[in-house]
Formats: sequence, structure tokens, C-alpha cells
Amino acid sequence: MLDFSILTTNMDSFLEGLKITIIASLIALLGSFILGTLLAVMRIAPFKPLNWLGTAYVEFIRNIPVLVIVFFAYLAGNFGGMTAGTIGLTIYTAAFIAEAIRAGIMSVPRGQMEAARSTGLTYGQAMRMVILPQAIKIVIPPLGNQFINLVKNSSLLAVVAGGDLMYQGDLISAKTYVTFDTYVFVALFYLILTIPLSLGVGYLEKRLARSH
Amino acid sequence: MDFLAPFIEVYTPEHFKFLLEGFGVTLKVAAISIVLSFIIGGLIGTLRYARIPVVSQLLAVIVETIRNLPLLLIIFFTYFALPEIGIEMEITTAAIAALTVFESAMLSEIIRSGLNSIEKGQIEAGRASGLNYIQTLRYIILPQALRRMVPPIVSQFISLLKDTSLAVVIALPDLLHNGQIIYAQKGSYVIPVFVIVALMYFIVNYALSLVARRLELKQS
Repeated sequence: MLDFSILTTNMDSFLEGLKITIIASLIALLGSFILGTLLAVMRIAPFKPLNWLGTAYVEFIRNIPVLVIVFFAYLAGNFGGMTAGTIGLTIYTAAFIAEAIRAGIMSVPRGQMEAARSTGLTYGQAMRMVILPQAIKIVIPPLGNQFINLVKNSSLLAVVAGGDLMYQGDLISAKTYVTFDTYVFVALFYLILTIPLSLGVGYLEKRLARSH
Repeated sequence: MDFLAPFIEVYTPEHFKFLLEGFGVTLKVAAISIVLSFIIGGLIGTLRYARIPVVSQLLAVIVETIRNLPLLLIIFFTYFALPEIGIEMEITTAAIAALTVFESAMLSEIIRSGLNSIEKGQIEAGRASGLNYIQTLRYIILPQALRRMVPPIVSQFISLLKDTSLAVVIALPDLLHNGQIIYAQKGSYVIPVFVIVALMYFIVNYALSLVARRLELKQS
């Protein structure tokens, strides 16, 4: 049976780790949403050099391990573990979110852009006020999936001493010499976060599929 | 030229050979894991598709649990926690075991949705022509579903190649690990090493992603 005294005596550490996991995931989600939107717009903008730059970023980052990026942010920059980890996660996730947003934008009929432009809006205004609000609906389920991935990937903070749930688990197991039970509790804390998110995304996907 | 000096220092034939050895380990571990995951994931996906009472539900709980956990936790667990209950593995085996557990769950979902994408009428037609359920799956459903599954499976292999890098936490001597050994020699080696390590991952994964894209286009 599991030794629940590991959980009760170290509750503060578990909760501290959970807090950092949530904060790092949320900041990285916000950051990668902003950066991802920028990259998506760059990839479809009517200006070739911007297209190339956006495509190069997305293709390069998507095809290298997130751990490489996290280590790089930690070693090349002068940041603490949590900051470096969050920056690494943001750089990585932005590439995936950019693809999700681009797909969303592409799903808005071309005529919408033409109509918006012909009413006198600039390209930027048309994008911001007409195309993006319509695209966002299609983008929400894949964004949710990226958020789940972020919560899971935030465990990489542990490798750069970022103070997250996984890191606290490592400390507790080193302190108590009870690795098995500690990791089971860490797993349960992750599931408390990820299972409701997965169910939510599944529900949104079904609803969206029905409305089409 | 100060900026370039560490690059010239790091990029020696010996270091390249060392990194390529590491990449060999990455590719070997990823290849073994994807084959095992395909077999186990295929079995799980098919059993869930067949809706066998109790078995399907049990598998659903296991798959969802694994898919919702960080891979890093599964790797730590396999290598550090399992010995406490008497299951000890050496590093490479532990890495393959952890990756296989995680990727089997992922692949089972790809396989299940591939099977689900074949119209139900196909099963009815198969059964009506006198085949039993297993024969219908084997000769009618699987051959069609497998073709549709190939692009997502290639994409999953790219994820697996990237995920293999997480095994550096248990000191698997893979590409990232060997890179770490090189840059540990000198602070100024960090950037040149990361540039070359990232490029090596990128070249292989990008080539694979082009293959996946081609296959997708061919089908649609």
C-alpha cells in the first residue's frame, strides 16, 4: 500500500511545486499564444521575407527537442531555472500554436478578407478585427491540447532546478528515500491538472464537430 | 573573430564522431521503441475498437492515465522507482521501456481513430459475405485503416525521436548527453555545441516531416 505519510508530511512542498507548475504553464501559454499569433500572421502576410522568417522559425523549432531548448535557455541566458524553463517552453510551444492559428486563419473564407479590405480597412485592421475573431473559434480545441502538453512539458523545469512539481518530487524522494510512493503522488497531482483539461478539450472538439 | 573561435575549437572530427555515436544511440532507442509501441499500441487500439466489455474500459483508463502524465515522470519512475519493488533495468532498457509505455498509449489512439475512420458498412459487408469478425478486421478493415495511419505514425516517430532526449536524465548516452559532455569542458562551448546538436535533430526530423507531408498529400 502507499505510504500516505509521505503525502501529508510533505504537503507544503507538493503544493509549492503544483503552484509553480501552474504558473509556469500559464505564463508559457500566454507567451506562446502571443508569439504564435505573430508567427502565424507572418507566415500568411503578403510579404515574402516575413513568410520565410515565420516558416523557418516554425519548422526549425518544431523539429528539435524541447529539452534542448530549455537547456539552451538555461545555459546561454543568465536566468534562474523557472524563468529559463518557462522561456524554453514558450519558444517551443509558440511553433505549434502558430500552426494551429494558421490553420484557423486559413479556414476563414478568402472573401472575408476581400470584403474587409474593400470597406477601407488596412490589412492589419482586417486581420485583427475580421479574420482573427472568426479564426479563434476553430483554434480553441488545438490550443487546449497545447495547454495540456505545456502542463506535461513543464516537468522539464525539474531538469534545470525550476522548483516545479516534478522537481519537488525529486527532492522529496531524495529526502525520504521513498521514490515509488513519492512519484505516484506526483503523478496524481499531474492527473488532477491534466484529466479535467483533457475532458474539457474533448467536449469542445465534439461540440465544434457538431456545429460544422 | 572572437565569437567564432569556440566554434572552430569545438568542431573537431573527434567531437563530430562522438556526437554521431550519441545520435546512433538516439536513433536505435527510438527505432526499437517505435516498433514495440506499434505492436503494443496496435493491440490496445484494436481491443478498444472491438469494444470488448470490461477489457476496453480498463484499457481506456490505462491509456488516458499514461497520456496525461509527463513522459519525464514515466522515465524517472521506470529507472528510480521500479527498483524499489524489485524491477531493475539498466539505462538503455529503462529508456526503451519508459518510451514504449508512453508511445504505446499515443499510438493506440492513432490506431483506434484510424480504425474508426473506416465506415461501419464495411464491417457489415464483410460479415454479410461470410467472413467472421476477426477475418473482417484482418482482410477488410486493417488494410484500409493502416494506409490512413501511416502519416500520423511518422509524425509520432518524430515526437519519439525528440522525446528520446529526455532520457539524458537517467544518463542514456544519446546525442544530447554526448553534447553535454563536450560543453562541460569549457563555458564557451555551450553555444557551438547546441547549434550542432539542434541541427542534427532538425535535419533528421525535418526530413521525416517532409515524408509525412508527402504521404498525407498522396492520400487526399
